[in-house]
Amino acid sequence: MNVDRTPPSRSLGPATGCVALLVATRKGAFIFRSDKARRAWRVAGPMFFGHIVHHMVLDTRPNARGRRTLLAATSTGHLGPTIFRSTDLGRSWNEATRPPAFPKAATGQTARTVGHTFWLTPGYAGEPGVWYAGTSPQGLFRTEDDGESWSPVTGFNDHPMIERWTGGEKDGTPDGPKLHSINVDPRDPRHLYIAMSSGGVFESRDRGGSWRPLNAGVLADFMPDKYPEYGQDAHCVRLHPAAPDVLYQQNHCGIYRIERPGVEWQRIGDNMPKRIGDIGFPLVLHPRDPATLWVFPMDGGTVWPRTSPGGKPAAYMSRDAGRRWKRQDAGLPKSQGWFTVKRQAMSADAHEPVGVYFGTTGGELWATRNEGEKWTCVARHLPEIYAVEAAEVLR
Amino acid sequence: MRVFIPTPLRSYTGDRGEVEATGATVAEALRDLDARFPGIRFRMIDEQDAIRRHIRIWVNKDEARTLEASLVESDELIIFQALSGG
Repeated sequence: MNVDRTPPSRSLGPATGCVALLVATRKGAFIFRSDKARRAWRVAGPMFFGHIVHHMVLDTRPNARGRRTLLAATSTGHLGPTIFRSTDLGRSWNEATRPPAFPKAATGQTARTVGHTFWLTPGYAGEPGVWYAGTSPQGLFRTEDDGESWSPVTGFNDHPMIERWTGGEKDGTPDGPKLHSINVDPRDPRHLYIAMSSGGVFESRDRGGSWRPLNAGVLADFMPDKYPEYGQDAHCVRLHPAAPDVLYQQNHCGIYRIERPGVEWQRIGDNMPKRIGDIGFPLVLHPRDPATLWVFPMDGGTVWPRTSPGGKPAAYMSRDAGRRWKRQDAGLPKSQGWFTVKRQAMSADAHEPVGVYFGTTGGELWATRNEGEKWTCVARHLPEIYAVEAAEVLR
Repeated sequence: MRVFIPTPLRSYTGDRGEVEATGATVAEALRDLDARFPGIRFRMIDEQDAIRRHIRIWVNKDEARTLEASLVESDELIIFQALSGG
């Protein structure tokens, strides 16, 4: 395989081009494209109409083919899962010849089948064509040909501890346990982080050959041991592209930060207002400032409604790595707004000021052009939104 | 033999609801079908060679519970799928 060992020359300056929002929904996918001012949006879609689209991601690596290669992870309730690929920004699609799938089990072995591919992440910038996929149930897969054929990362999927790390079916999320938040260190293609619901966060330093848990300090209040080595319910983990030793985590049990080579997460969600709490699904990082992040809290009390606390939706932003949080609800409903924002359904662009975007389970797409100071609704009446990815497109 | 394709799988067959395949078993017929229409098999059969939960395969008027069910050229293979997921 062709590997460019030159450190990635990722530009960290603000973006100035048009933004594409890749919106994956329960009934198909849509692409919203802005003008350069990010004021006007036009929509293309639905694509894969009627299919569940779990994640749709654009390859924005500096060496990618003109920021036009897209992968989409799809399934339906009644057909098996697959991956679609586009090399023209969604105008045409071809199906992977070998979608993610576990190997055929030998007699006596546990037979695993991919229910759906949940998460897609482009690989290291110097490895064009490499992507990673996370599935439900928890599996890690890799492609070296831009999503055409996928192979299991056996160092993880067949690890002797895999059943203990991932737990049983009872530990999974309502529509199946998931492997998500695949983060590739931009300095080293061998250095990977993944997260699981359930299972927690794991790290590899040899391209997935071996793994170790990275969950110290993270609460698991649903376990007999409240701070176990593994078994936590990570909802979303983000590595900062400009400061790759800094990671943030939105967890079932709070918001956390870690700075490597440290091995213990610090709970920064304790600084959130007590009436709001620090439970949520998504977490979004500022593309240039490692101390700035956004979360979208939800109600994690009683039976876990998982909607905006009190029916008053708001993002919370911190500019100092979680010491202080600012409520950002201007433009959002003041009451009776029972949003749920899923873990893939919130992202940021790279403009100055940064644009932040989220999609709701009620099919609304919201945007801010000024880092959360004011929200506007870009679209209503879409199907249930599973994922929103913001990316700069060249034209 | 004739194979009847349900609407969710017709994106693979050029929108045709009836196609041809050959094989002495359901497994062989589905492999042949996949060679003619790449990708269609995995949507029906998982990686452990099990018929997916909402897919049902009939040989004439009898349901094939496994892929090893035998076929002759005059058989009709009828693929059904139950809608699910809301």
